[in-house]
Amino acid sequence: MTPEQPGRQGWPLYEVFVRGKRGLNHVHVGSLHAADDAMALTHARDLYTRRNEGVSIWVVRSEHIAASTRDEKDPFFAPSADKVYRHPTFYDIPDDVPHI
Amino acid sequence: MTTKHAAETPPPDGPDGLQEHFDTTIARDQRVEPRDWMPDGYRRTLVRQIAQHAHSEIIGMQPEGEWITRAPSLRRKAILFAKVQDEAGHGLYLYSAAETLGADRDDLTERLIEGRQKYSSIFNYPTLSFADIGVIGWFVDGAAICNQVPLCRSSYGPYARAMVRICKEESFHQRQGYELLMTMMRGTPAQRGMVQDAVDRWWWPSLMMFGPPDDASPNSARSMAWKIKRHSNDELRRRFVDMTVPQAEKLGVTLPDPELRWNEETGHHDFGTPDWDELTRVIKGEGPCNAQRVQRRRTAHEEGAWVREAATAHAARQAARAEKGAVA
Repeated sequence: MTPEQPGRQGWPLYEVFVRGKRGLNHVHVGSLHAADDAMALTHARDLYTRRNEGVSIWVVRSEHIAASTRDEKDPFFAPSADKVYRHPTFYDIPDDVPHI
Repeated sequence: MTTKHAAETPPPDGPDGLQEHFDTTIARDQRVEPRDWMPDGYRRTLVRQIAQHAHSEIIGMQPEGEWITRAPSLRRKAILFAKVQDEAGHGLYLYSAAETLGADRDDLTERLIEGRQKYSSIFNYPTLSFADIGVIGWFVDGAAICNQVPLCRSSYGPYARAMVRICKEESFHQRQGYELLMTMMRGTPAQRGMVQDAVDRWWWPSLMMFGPPDDASPNSARSMAWKIKRHSNDELRRRFVDMTVPQAEKLGVTLPDPELRWNEETGHHDFGTPDWDELTRVIKGEGPCNAQRVQRRRTAHEEGAWVREAATAHAARQAARAEKGAVA
């Protein structure tokens, strides 16, 4: 990533997250290079919200993101697959019980 | 997410299981994401295609940018500004997608200005009158839409997502072009003549935008197997012709192809063959504006160096101040 292998410009890579409107989560929309956080925010505004796509922007240096291992089919997620009792459909309730 | 770890770590459980997992992902029409294992050829093909696409957007700013100062009204000037700014944005979305595959942005810029990577041949033609601005929106952005809408379902996630954003914006580009032409067609005979002249000059180069015919496009089959591409060049070209003919009639211009006619049997238009030798020449760098386009991009990059340096120095000083403030 950027600090170990600076480009000719050496500007770090930022990931951009945009909140589309109030009530929604910030969603990752892409990345950009900037000299610092302030520039990353203004560039993110110019690049990713030219048509009112957002009411709030987060930018974070890519190198600061910790990520799970690389493949989505990784055993990392195995513990969530074998606990069927976490789902409401696991429980048999007679049809004539209301509101449940 | 953009990290380069995937390219650097060796596969943990041998390449066979990973290849199989990749193949299954493609077969199930699921998306490949940056940190997934992928065959080298898939990665290389994508980097080449996405970079070429990004370069096209960046170079594509020039033919239209030349008319910003000469636009006939404030309205047209503002529209043209917004459109050229969008092209820059599209280029940046795509460079961002290329970086998720391990490409380096400065390196991509260098490859473009050194002529080591290509961009779309269409931008090597000159914009001779303001009608060209309208025709570019109508033909060139129309052809881009034909090409790009299927790419929204491309197998590589970041590329597909960039294309979704781009396609939303291209629709404005095409409509502003057509509206501009409708306005000129309501004008004087000279203005209508300008529109027809621009149509005559841009029609064939626009058809060439879809690339060589299928039997001369060696990489197409592999890209389609990987679902990077969804339709063949000829298929997309035909779709563009079918889409454009009724628009030309409505506008009142003639498309410069004596062989163009509706084919009742196929349900499509028959049309003439573009001059493939011309396409080869333009791709090889012998188009009317190749040298000028690349030189302009190089000059912009070099003349912008002091701005980038100043921004870096400013960021460093701000950081130093913040640190001093924190200590005090």
